[in-house]
Amino acid sequence: MSTATTDNRRKAPAGERVADWADGRLGIYSLAKVNMRKIFPDHWSFMLGEVCLYSFMIIILTGVYLTLFFHPSMNEVVYHGSYVPMQGMRMSEAFKSTMDISFDVRGGLLIRQIHHWAALIFVAAMLVHMMRVFFTGAFRKPREVNWVFGFLLLVLGMFTGFTGYSLPDDLLSGTGVRFMEGAILSIPIVGTYVSMFLFGGEFPGSDFVPRFFSIHVLLLPGVMLGLLVAHLILVFYHKHTQFPGPGRTNNNVVGMPLLPVYMAKAGGFFFLVFGVIAAIAGLASINPIWAMGPYRPDQVSTGAQPDWYMGFSEGLIRVMPGWEINLWGHTLVLGVFIPLMIFPLVLAAIAVYPFIESWVTGDKREHHLLDRPRNAPTRTAFGVAWLTWYLVLLVGGGNDLWATHFHLSINAITWFVRIGFFVGPVLAFIATRRICMGLQRRDKEKVLHGRESGIIKRLPHGEFVEIHEPISQEQMHTLTAHEQPKPLELEPEVDENGVARKIGAGQKLRVKLSKGFYGEGTHIPKATAEEYREITSGHGHH
Amino acid sequence: MSSQDIPEETLPAAHGDAHGAVATADDPFADPGLPPHEHRKQDIDERAAQRSERVVAFLFTLSMLATVGFIAAYVSLPVDKSIYVFPIGHISALNFALGLTLGVALFCIGAGAVHWARTLMSDVEHADERHPIEASPEVKAKVLADFKAGAEESTFGRRKLLRNTMFGALALVPLSGVMLLRDLGPLPGTKLRKTAWSEGKMLINQNTLQPLRPEDVQVGSLTFAMPEGMSEEDHDFQKEIAKAALMIVRLRPENIKDKKSLDWSADGIVAYSKICTHVGCPISLYEQQTHHVLCPCHQSTFDLSDGGRVIFGPAGHALPQLRIKVNDKGYLEAMGDFSEPVGPAYWERG
Amino acid sequence: MKKLSARRRHPLAAVVVLLFALAVTGGLYAAFAPADTAKADDSAQSLAIEEGKKLYSVGCASCHGTGGQGTTDGPSLVGVGAAAVDFQVATGRMPLQQQGAQAPRKKAIYSQAEIDQLAAYIASLGAGPAQPTKSQYSPEGADIAKGGELFRTNCAQCHNFTGKGGALSNGKYAPSLEGVNPKHIYEAMQTGPQNMPSFPDTTMSEKNKKDIIAYLDTVNSDKTKSPGGLELGGLGPVSEGLFAWIFGLGALIAVAIWVAAHTAKAKKS
Repeated sequence: MSTATTDNRRKAPAGERVADWADGRLGIYSLAKVNMRKIFPDHWSFMLGEVCLYSFMIIILTGVYLTLFFHPSMNEVVYHGSYVPMQGMRMSEAFKSTMDISFDVRGGLLIRQIHHWAALIFVAAMLVHMMRVFFTGAFRKPREVNWVFGFLLLVLGMFTGFTGYSLPDDLLSGTGVRFMEGAILSIPIVGTYVSMFLFGGEFPGSDFVPRFFSIHVLLLPGVMLGLLVAHLILVFYHKHTQFPGPGRTNNNVVGMPLLPVYMAKAGGFFFLVFGVIAAIAGLASINPIWAMGPYRPDQVSTGAQPDWYMGFSEGLIRVMPGWEINLWGHTLVLGVFIPLMIFPLVLAAIAVYPFIESWVTGDKREHHLLDRPRNAPTRTAFGVAWLTWYLVLLVGGGNDLWATHFHLSINAITWFVRIGFFVGPVLAFIATRRICMGLQRRDKEKVLHGRESGIIKRLPHGEFVEIHEPISQEQMHTLTAHEQPKPLELEPEVDENGVARKIGAGQKLRVKLSKGFYGEGTHIPKATAEEYREITSGHGHH
Repeated sequence: MSSQDIPEETLPAAHGDAHGAVATADDPFADPGLPPHEHRKQDIDERAAQRSERVVAFLFTLSMLATVGFIAAYVSLPVDKSIYVFPIGHISALNFALGLTLGVALFCIGAGAVHWARTLMSDVEHADERHPIEASPEVKAKVLADFKAGAEESTFGRRKLLRNTMFGALALVPLSGVMLLRDLGPLPGTKLRKTAWSEGKMLINQNTLQPLRPEDVQVGSLTFAMPEGMSEEDHDFQKEIAKAALMIVRLRPENIKDKKSLDWSADGIVAYSKICTHVGCPISLYEQQTHHVLCPCHQSTFDLSDGGRVIFGPAGHALPQLRIKVNDKGYLEAMGDFSEPVGPAYWERG
Repeated sequence: MKKLSARRRHPLAAVVVLLFALAVTGGLYAAFAPADTAKADDSAQSLAIEEGKKLYSVGCASCHGTGGQGTTDGPSLVGVGAAAVDFQVATGRMPLQQQGAQAPRKKAIYSQAEIDQLAAYIASLGAGPAQPTKSQYSPEGADIAKGGELFRTNCAQCHNFTGKGGALSNGKYAPSLEGVNPKHIYEAMQTGPQNMPSFPDTTMSEKNKKDIIAYLDTVNSDKTKSPGGLELGGLGPVSEGLFAWIFGLGALIAVAIWVAAHTAKAKKS
């Protein structure tokens, strides 16, 4: 090999020589052999993850720019910048430097707005991406670990967003930080200590902006970057999932190669995402801190909300009744502490579902073919119930704006959310499962009787019928490719030798859950070959 | 139950590869395999392909022009220039111009690349085989054997003392890191119990910065006050006002339902903490006809005519009232600090 | 007609006729009441009071009592002053159309001259704040930054950072201050209409009020600058979040659909 390359060196083009050099040190040829023509399936929903990746990159790029001008300090200064309605006001250096970025640095406002819009879109895209993975069952073996990585990225993204939102030290974000302090104080036993340590003394003190700054620009993005790389490596390693269809099996992946098609599509998509966000930042204002003013703990505005991704926690805290227990000289602030505990539980509920499902089904196989949501009614119903839960809480988080814009009573909305918190998900679950089954029934009709053509035919004896056209082999295969798992059965208490067997409570629960997931009334049995033959071989069908 | 009719071998995993599968007579739903590739217009019509090429080149050129526009806008537009753009309003000319040119410059690169990929690069679908992720039994056996050999050579399992002391050392060493966090802040002590109010401090109107007289405060009005001697220029102003902020309203004495509240008022003037007992927002949405005060953050509602009792929302206890009187000079003054901690509740509050 | 005459002896006929008559009276009243009073043009104070009293007895007395003493349907107007009358009537809040959580802002149905007469009459019932003069409420020469600070201390908690309005309990609300005449803002601060507390000169000086009006004039009027672009209602993160979802993520998904879609195939010949 070495002699061959030496001989070729003079003749090889420059690019190849560079590649040779790199290969000798990094082994890039072996890497490229596997990855250069890697196949990616085409589907718009597979690009949601890319929206997350690209908005994250945009946030990092713009964030680095912002650090060049932002002063993470709470020293008091007097404003003399170019925004007239704030001349001579006392404010922290953090606020002043953010004002300067917005009004005195050319393009600073644009970068600030790109940063903030990209952050909102980043978290929104992560949630939608996660829902895509959830509803298509893409989290199943072997991708459970990547599901967890993705979930952690969502949670870290939320907190990175929150710490960033707090940095300008404006009246809106200061109110948010004050809320956080109140929530920390509610933690039994250690609350006051945690609060004092976080704020370097009493609220607001002069430490939280620099501390949040390190967390926002270093700690959390660092962890996220690590997780992101791991997430992407696993995506490459597992190869992408695909929807069932002709030629698409669990053992292959059908699509177009990374080089050149996906290099151009994915690379181009980065520019598309960046372009859209830049245009939005040029057109729409976000977080206009000059309209809010610097933070003062004795000032406030109505409509004090966090950015949307913290909205559901805002809903939790707004609708909770004010329970407080005073015993033995101590106070248990349940009115704040319970929402603080439900907050991670709401997130965890969706995160643990894949593990519950895999335990209930006992399925140990790899799954690379996606489910259509209707073909997994219980999972879909659970997902919709969770989304309903989340949405009800979001409504609660914006109850004052609902009240003013729809002329409702804020108290009535709060009660609606209190009841909806418990009832909404249950109703959503029942309704979704029924809808899924309706869609399954339609699929079955389609397979057995063909597509409704819309052509009406009059039979000789006067009856009108609609002509159904048989569907293609491809469609027929696609509509019947899904599995319908059987519920587990409890093994008989006495085995074949008459020896009593002990069945644990865990196993009983599992069988019960399995019946609930896959038992009778949870799906429409899909068309079988026998049914199909019976109908097609018969006559008089339409 | 048709699900019972599906034996393992008909599961999707059991289907053959993409190209080989042929619909068998006995399974009407069998995988027909990848459909044959169909040509796009650009594949068979060179003129169509050239049109695509021109579109892509146009997009890339547009991007270049937009970048030039970006630079031109950056250089020529003053940072404080405002223009009226219908229907957006009076906006910064620079931000608008930079945002749109940057947006177009980036978007056109992306659109060009994607259009190129979609119309001119091959769109033949390929199938990649997947391979099971799990290692083969031989590999697994080899790894386990290697691990066993390594573990034995380390004497880790045999020398329990070594193992236990190492675990001990590793468990203890992070404590140094925890210790180092101690100086992040002071211990709570009684800091949250005390505010800047004390006996004899006059109530200073935050609007006029003058001491308040009872006749200044009318029924139905709302006034905010801070303790005498506090100034915005103080370095600890933020921390102190976060606890001392005061809300003053006047009620007709016959409207004050709570006996203690009446005793602590002066001529019907009641002074309550402005800091919500829920999580500390400055509560002050005062409805003068109902005497209710609402928190803008989480809508806790308090009745100022009834000792600041909570009547709705997530707050857990009444608003603390400051005991005030009219001093000999005719000004309102505090008769001491709040008798209970103001603001959000916490474990040691009691 | 036959049908009608056949039913005239129906037991409910009387009720129908009564309802009909009531509706006609009410409708005619609504149509003509303000018009009837659209004359009167005398500047003498006593005449103004006299005219105001006439207007009052037609338009206001049914709820506020014949002498302004108040009834179960409306509060006493003795001592509320001319400023309160001007605010309530000129912003269309009074006369009230129907009882509700709160009187909404409407188109005013009285002319300014009539309002002044009404105000003169109410002021004659008992001393109260007079209507402010132009020099008191015009934003010229005021300290905008100080006004901003005062606004955030006294007003923003109900009316939002820049006066976009906000919710109060049980369906009540703090209205948006967009397009409100500075005079009416001044009067509202002085008199505390409905559930709004008052901010009398003794606790919020004339200068303070002027500063606040100047601030509002800067941040909430048709010449207000929104450097960043679309203001999105000035409502903060909720509208920003909605925008990010609908136009941000929405646009990106639309783009993704284009990127991932299969290119159209050539038609088979």
